[in-house]
Amino acid sequence: MKEKDENIKQYTVVVFTEDKVGLLNRITIVFTRRHLNIDSLTTSESEIKGIFRYTIVTKTTPEMMKKAADQIEKLTEVLRAFYYEAQDVVSQELALYKISTANILTPMEGLIRDFNLRILDIEKEFIIVEKTGSRKEVLKLFEQLKPYGILQFACTGQVAVTKPMKELENYLQELNKAAEMSNKIRSWKLKN
Amino acid sequence: MENKFNITGAEAITLALIEEGVDTVFGYPGGNNLPVYDSFYTHEKEIRHVLVRHEQGAVHAAEGYASANRKVGVCMVTSGPGATNLLTGIADAQLDSIPIVCITGQVVKPQLGYDAFQETDVVGFSMPVTKWNYQITTASEIASVMAKAFYIARSGRPGPVLLDITKDAQTQIIEKFEYKKCTKIRSYHPKLKPSETAINEAATLLNNAQRPLMIVGHGVLLSGCQDEVKELSEKLDMPVASTLLGLSSIENENPRFAGMVGLHGNYAANMMTNRCDVLLSIGMRFSDRVIGKPEKYANQAAIIHIEIDPSEVGKIISPAVGVVSDAKSALQKILPLIRKSSHISWLNQMREFQQKENETVVNENLSKLRMGKVVRVVSEKKKGSTAVVADVGQNQMASARYFNFQEGDSIITSGGLGTMGFALPAAIGAAYTKKFKNVVCIMGDGGFQMTIEELGAIMQYKLPVKLVLLNNNYLGMIRQLQDLYYNSHYYFGEMQNPDFVKIVDAYGIKAERVETLEALSPAVERMMDYDGAYFLEVRVEKQENIYPVIPAGKAVDEMLLTPND
Ligand SMILES: Cc1ncc(C[n+]2csc(CCOP(=O)(O)OP(=O)(O)O)c2C)c(N)n1
Ligand SMILES: [Mg+2]
Repeated sequence: MKEKDENIKQYTVVVFTEDKVGLLNRITIVFTRRHLNIDSLTTSESEIKGIFRYTIVTKTTPEMMKKAADQIEKLTEVLRAFYYEAQDVVSQELALYKISTANILTPMEGLIRDFNLRILDIEKEFIIVEKTGSRKEVLKLFEQLKPYGILQFACTGQVAVTKPMKELENYLQELNKAAEMSNKIRSWKLKN
Repeated sequence: MENKFNITGAEAITLALIEEGVDTVFGYPGGNNLPVYDSFYTHEKEIRHVLVRHEQGAVHAAEGYASANRKVGVCMVTSGPGATNLLTGIADAQLDSIPIVCITGQVVKPQLGYDAFQETDVVGFSMPVTKWNYQITTASEIASVMAKAFYIARSGRPGPVLLDITKDAQTQIIEKFEYKKCTKIRSYHPKLKPSETAINEAATLLNNAQRPLMIVGHGVLLSGCQDEVKELSEKLDMPVASTLLGLSSIENENPRFAGMVGLHGNYAANMMTNRCDVLLSIGMRFSDRVIGKPEKYANQAAIIHIEIDPSEVGKIISPAVGVVSDAKSALQKILPLIRKSSHISWLNQMREFQQKENETVVNENLSKLRMGKVVRVVSEKKKGSTAVVADVGQNQMASARYFNFQEGDSIITSGGLGTMGFALPAAIGAAYTKKFKNVVCIMGDGGFQMTIEELGAIMQYKLPVKLVLLNNNYLGMIRQLQDLYYNSHYYFGEMQNPDFVKIVDAYGIKAERVETLEALSPAVERMMDYDGAYFLEVRVEKQENIYPVIPAGKAVDEMLLTPND
């Protein structure tokens, strides 16, 4: 089945899990089996102690996204898997650039101001700066620095928080109340 | 259980198994699980260990045991090659939702990652084919992890769990061993309650249906709702079709039984799928072998999908109503809402389809020395409840199509993975449950040779299984595909086979060969009357093809009854 391009959207998948070895592997297997490319992936402990949060950016169709999220949620140690379209998340990346000092010193001052850069280290041969921002900004700066010789570049990929309010906290409360779990299953519309 | 003090990890494993009600373990020893064997030695009365002849046999036997018993099956092997030999069976159990716990030995913890002798990353390579897996590296984890393993394997949609236990964890001393069964895991919700709305919508659709059809899958047997299925079918006057793994949910002689759906299923079941107005599918997953061309599957019908695994609902076919629940709870909620109805002409239509299949396919198959005939004779001569353990290939389709399942009978076969060699070890597992009067294992000459070594276990443990070899000297299903799609280029389909009767005889198992139609019935009778294992090789027609068939890429109602159709 060839997916039509116009249906493909960027999704941010947010997965909450128990703190267990091997989960990253289990989660990525879901993507690999469906030939879904992971654009970026970050993980850290969430706002709740002992619960980990994976932020995964991928591009696919709405149908495939739903199926993949269902499969992730099916994993025994996954609490919930949510997914969001671009407008529902606020995301940032952190990028580090190591640039040769040979030609850069004069234009650097302007760049620091324009891009809100932080200087992390200055040595005789190189300077290391940090940029936090959107993917677009990170790439724009990359282009601007390129002519001066980028010795190294490293970037975190997207970390994101979501705008809709109902999330894991609510979910955990629901769980405690042993509330109707089946609510999470979308009610299926009558076809006829 | 009382707490135990100062016991080894190996002893803890044994005690945990006993606590979980395990009475039989299918296994094979090796350097890295010997401590557990040593502990078994002192618990011979509580736990029986069955020495299979290959680890693949251990896992299939555990599957057969689990399917026959509706309990968790257990197998135990060593690290390295022992572990890799399990993989086929684990994948099989994953696709067919069979609850098993596989225990593999592992090198000692300090050697992990150093390519030690017989070290393999079994947790890594079994990850995609297990419901859950875990590596135990300290003895203190054994109690809680084993409790979790059994809970996960049997609850919700059942499946295989693998525990990899390092040898040092088996030998460490546990000061205080306390075993509590697991009943809850925060991140795991195996039994979702059906939503009221979905139940009501399903009942409304069913009450208003003119041509309702039910398809029952493995989930019906797993949740044990055969009675509810029958009650619903009677109340609504609704025909019931079955998937391969759902067979025996309802007895074949039930006047509302429409037969098996799918590739080589029954004509009526497939035709009616694309003619019904409401399709109630229970505990099945719309596999490609069942639905033919997905775009042309039951488009005219409002589909109700009762399924325990939320990720299956809408995965392949989008239902009008999805009921996420175990089959039994859902049916118990739906039944009181159902009004009694009658669908005479719809059922008549079913009988016409059935008659057509009988006239064009069935009667002919039953008049010759063909696979269907052999299966039918076995079915007629059986005495009491029977587990039909079928292998893969034409012999499997013949078993599914021609065995007359009665109350108390059951099919055990490899559906999702289609694993040749499954039947013989699975029959061994089924035999240990003592749930059936007879265990009949039906195999092809190809599949038999894939796990033929398990004759050794049948010999050693004197298991009274009836082995029926449908020998066509061909990888018959492959030859059929070459017939249909590759201009009958039979390439490597025909096999030079050994004298099977001599081989089985060498194992000390009673063996007999049938070469004519006249000899069939008396031979089957001898086999069923014999007290003990019996092997019957039937030289069936070589060139038989299984019909009807849904040709590749076609819809279920484009099923062909004969090659000239
Ligand atoms: C392990 C494995 N390998 C290959 C196949 C592909 N396959 C499906 S049916 C079949 C032929 C089976 O031959 P036989 O056991 O003689 O049964 P028959 O079809 O002749 O009844 C083969 C090779 C399979 N299902 N499983
Ligand atoms: Mg054959």
